[in-house]
Amino acid sequence: MPFYVSPEQAMKDKADYARKGIARGRNSVVLQYDEGILFVAPNPSGALHKISEIYDRIAFAAVGRYNEYENLRVAGVRYADTRGYQYDRADVTARGLANWYAQILGTIFTESNKPYEVEIVVAELGESAAGDQMYRITFDGSVADEHGYVAMGGQADQVSTVLKERYTEGMPLSSAMGAALAALAGQGNGETPGINAGQLEVAVLMRGRAHRAFRRLTGARLEELLAAAGSEGTG
Amino acid sequence: MGFDYLGERFTAACMAVGTSSFADFLASCAPSLLPGVGPQAGRLAGGGAGTGLDLPHATTIVAAAFDGGVVMAGDRRSTAGSMIAQRDIEKVFRSDDYSCVGIAGVAGVGLELVRLFQLELEHYEKLEGRSLSLEGKANRLSAFVRGNLGGAMQGLVVVPLFAGYDEETGGGRIFSYDVAGGRYEEHKFHSIGSGSVFARGSLKKLYTDGISADDAITVCMHALYDAADDDSATGGPDLIRRIYPVIATVTADGFRQLTEDEAGGYAQAVVDERRRSPAGPIAPLHSQQNE
Repeated sequence: MPFYVSPEQAMKDKADYARKGIARGRNSVVLQYDEGILFVAPNPSGALHKISEIYDRIAFAAVGRYNEYENLRVAGVRYADTRGYQYDRADVTARGLANWYAQILGTIFTESNKPYEVEIVVAELGESAAGDQMYRITFDGSVADEHGYVAMGGQADQVSTVLKERYTEGMPLSSAMGAALAALAGQGNGETPGINAGQLEVAVLMRGRAHRAFRRLTGARLEELLAAAGSEGTG
Repeated sequence: MGFDYLGERFTAACMAVGTSSFADFLASCAPSLLPGVGPQAGRLAGGGAGTGLDLPHATTIVAAAFDGGVVMAGDRRSTAGSMIAQRDIEKVFRSDDYSCVGIAGVAGVGLELVRLFQLELEHYEKLEGRSLSLEGKANRLSAFVRGNLGGAMQGLVVVPLFAGYDEETGGGRIFSYDVAGGRYEEHKFHSIGSGSVFARGSLKKLYTDGISADDAITVCMHALYDAADDDSATGGPDLIRRIYPVIATVTADGFRQLTEDEAGGYAQAVVDERRRSPAGPIAPLHSQQNE
């Protein structure tokens, strides 16, 4: 026999469920630097990505349940490629994609028993830093238009606090990387515990690149960046 | 805008587990977007089978493999019947970082084919996290050409020439196609389009094994010059308007289209050579091995 559950209670239960699921994973950060947008996620896997390219100047980062955000990523690539094919490549925007994701997540949250346990960021590189766009979309379909930096995950608030301290507009890539590492390590000032390149997934949307702006930073390039970020952190 | 711009069915298809092929994805949920050719296309093309003369046609493309890569070049003319439709059309394109594609035939159909093919390769790469093999790309293009068979039967004929750098063999490879989607690997060099007969003769006499990139480009420019010399639908280098063939190379470093200045340099050299000898370089009557 079904029991009556008030809508408030049902929504709260779903939200708690989703939050708990997301909090089980690590946090990720996205932040602007002088020549683009940096994405950093702790990720021991080199194959199962949390950060991905969607379109020429648009990238995607997520935390939570892998199969769910992977599903959203694939959908986003299909959406973007279809729209760009139907109209023009310039007509694919992060705003349109963020709205679309919001509708999908909102519908799933209200209509299905199990909400998606994910939080995503859609970022688009502008012609200049002022034109950069970052949207954070949560499991219930809420969208936030962010500037400068965004943190995702269960401890997003703590991570954001560190980012707020360290972030400055127009900072170079190495400083942005230093801020990201500090934030992910959960420490406000100075010391970051040794994070090695093998446990990090790092990518950038880089201004000045023709056609596709998304690049993964791996191997020697990542080591170099980590070393530069480390030396700045202690300086 | 946004969510419903293609309908709920589209959103559901995006979220479904499915193909990594963009063309197959569109065919399943938005077939109207695909470059289909309706039953009336033949009539639009200007009459019965085998016509379509009123539509702009793209003409000659040549390609040659060299040590460590491949070069592709195309003239800049498109013709509609006996009229020049455009004198600066581009018919050689980057298909992805390690391949290029050129088209000959009805320009409108060809350009759409290229656009879909480029997107197909990019889409696969984004979804799968790795590029298709060169053979895989060549096979995908084959399916697209076959998809236009109905149009081809009604006069909307287009065939591509595909070339790329094969990371596995460390060299350039060339693939040609027929309208039924038949895919043929060509060795050393190939040409397609209305001037291809003249171009191929030229390539055959000028191409040597182990040729350098620089010489391969010069050979292609001579081949295009010879095509333009004898085929009215192929345009020669236009030094007055500074319109030169589009030249692209694909090597281990990736795709590169030569700048206008670089292409102009090769064009000028070929024209200067022809001023001295209108038929171009003369091949020796006896091959050196036989002497």
